[in-house]
Amino acid sequence: MKPLDSKKDYQDYVNKKSPNSPILKNCFNAFWVGGLICSIGQIIMEVCKSRGLTQEISGTIVSIILIAISAFLTGLNIFNKIGKFAGAGSLVPITGFANSIVSPAMEYKSEGYVMGVGGKMFTVAGPVLVFGISTSIIVGLVYLIFNTQAITLI
Amino acid sequence: MQKLGKQTVKFETPPTILEVASIVGPKEANGPLAKYFDQCLEDEFWGEKTWEKSESKIIKETVNMAISKSGVASTDIEYCFAGDLLNQCISSSFGLRELNIPFLGIFGACSTFVEGLSLGAIMIEACAQNVLCAASSHFCSAEKQFRFPLELGNQRPQTSQWTVTGSGAAILSKSGEGPYITHITSGKIVDMGIKDANNMGAAMAPAALDTLISHFKDTGRSPNYYDAIITGDLGHVGKEILIELAQDKGFNIKSNYNDCGVLIFDKEKQDTHSGGSGCGCCATVFSGYFFKQLKDKKIKRLLLIATGALTNSTSTQQGESIPGIAHAISIEI
Amino acid sequence: MDWLQNISWMALLKCFIAGGLICVIGQILIDKTKLTPARILVVFVTTGAILGGLGIYKYLVDFAGAGATVPLTGFGYNLAKGAIQAVQEHGIIGAFTGGVTASAGGIAAAVFFGYIASLISKPKMKKE
Repeated sequence: MKPLDSKKDYQDYVNKKSPNSPILKNCFNAFWVGGLICSIGQIIMEVCKSRGLTQEISGTIVSIILIAISAFLTGLNIFNKIGKFAGAGSLVPITGFANSIVSPAMEYKSEGYVMGVGGKMFTVAGPVLVFGISTSIIVGLVYLIFNTQAITLI
Repeated sequence: MQKLGKQTVKFETPPTILEVASIVGPKEANGPLAKYFDQCLEDEFWGEKTWEKSESKIIKETVNMAISKSGVASTDIEYCFAGDLLNQCISSSFGLRELNIPFLGIFGACSTFVEGLSLGAIMIEACAQNVLCAASSHFCSAEKQFRFPLELGNQRPQTSQWTVTGSGAAILSKSGEGPYITHITSGKIVDMGIKDANNMGAAMAPAALDTLISHFKDTGRSPNYYDAIITGDLGHVGKEILIELAQDKGFNIKSNYNDCGVLIFDKEKQDTHSGGSGCGCCATVFSGYFFKQLKDKKIKRLLLIATGALTNSTSTQQGESIPGIAHAISIEI
Repeated sequence: MDWLQNISWMALLKCFIAGGLICVIGQILIDKTKLTPARILVVFVTTGAILGGLGIYKYLVDFAGAGATVPLTGFGYNLAKGAIQAVQEHGIIGAFTGGVTASAGGIAAAVFFGYIASLISKPKMKKE
């Protein structure tokens, strides 16, 4: 074994020597926390619908409530502990999106409210909006040209 | 001063490390070395409004403590070598702006403390009587600059290391009773192509190996000459790698080798994954623990190799690999 | 508590399982690929928008309800769905207005609550 012969050999050697994340445990935690957050969303949805609100409005209310809870927990310095435990379970739901906006806002408060909070708020979540919105525009344009959603073409 | 081989300098009249001081944050204060540090902080802001101000205060207070412990008047200290991890060395430049001692800011990533001691020793040998060397790091300011906002709910990989909050300072003097800096071996930049910013130990280990071998080659010493060979912040992953790489090159360092990043935290209880890192890691562990061991003559010959990952957030974003560096000093009493 | 009687436990179970499985996919990406959180979020929102545009994600939403809409893929789906609906009503301008209109509530809430949270609280060091 001569790990220092080339960069590739060293990379392979390092990969072998580096401990892996406990992926089964992480997946289990991600599964139940993620499922739980979605279930809370589902219950809010049911409540809204039972009060006669439309599907769209209910969906928006679910997003706003989950985002508010996530922002609140981030402000209380609790969300990062949930995130450490649950990993993708709290990152992938809309709560992770909210956390990724609130956490830089808090961190860069020290650089002022305009360029610090306002400017750095989207350092993590900005790309989500850029790629999400751009994709949606492309989807809209494709729909406009072909006048159909692709699946019905098949 | 005499040049040995390609990278090592031997001092004819070795400078003494007259006095040291160390201040650490709350997490380090819960670690196994807590009782050796001069001061442990209860919170990481230390009454300041920002992480950067807090780190500046830590290095400033550490330096003041080292000066007052040494009994040398600050007007008798002729040069100050200091550095940290933040962009353009925020903490040392701002923390030490009122020091009123000629200031030479240095950057060697986490190897800064030993880089400072090396330059300070040369300065003593050249012309100075007393020289001050210091380095600092802060978990929160480093996370903010190099990784993610603190409140982001992400998981740290198993290979990641925990930046030490703290600062160490040392006063070097021309005359004194030791411990003496007898040799310095300045390292080359070694880049083995590791790109994972969460695996600094693996990125720095080849540089540490290069300096280690150069030191032995230049001085004609072997690993068992030293009571202890200590690296700065390779962490658990890097430590294992260095032991194996050295073995491979024919140097057995298993019995007397350890790493400051491994020593400063309790891996299981404190959940620091691969151990400590940062300028403050080597600086506080040396100033806190090893200096006392040398003074008590429990360790008589110490090889201190501070390791640094010369990376920054821009180079990481641009997909560059992480160049490693390591500087060694031999300290004897 | 009349909504309790209306609640469908079967729907809730489907939601839990589907939402959980989407998160597991994210976790595998985190542990196996070393993607940063920002990249994971981008992958999910883009995937959701594309699947939404292809008309596939709709079936998952019909099956799992909030289990499909709460994960960020649902955010992407919502953007794409909004764009298509707006194109149907307003033509080409709809491609630009539809997506953001449909998800305006979420985006505005995140900005607003983010600002409020930064006003009232300070980052604290992770204890572990």
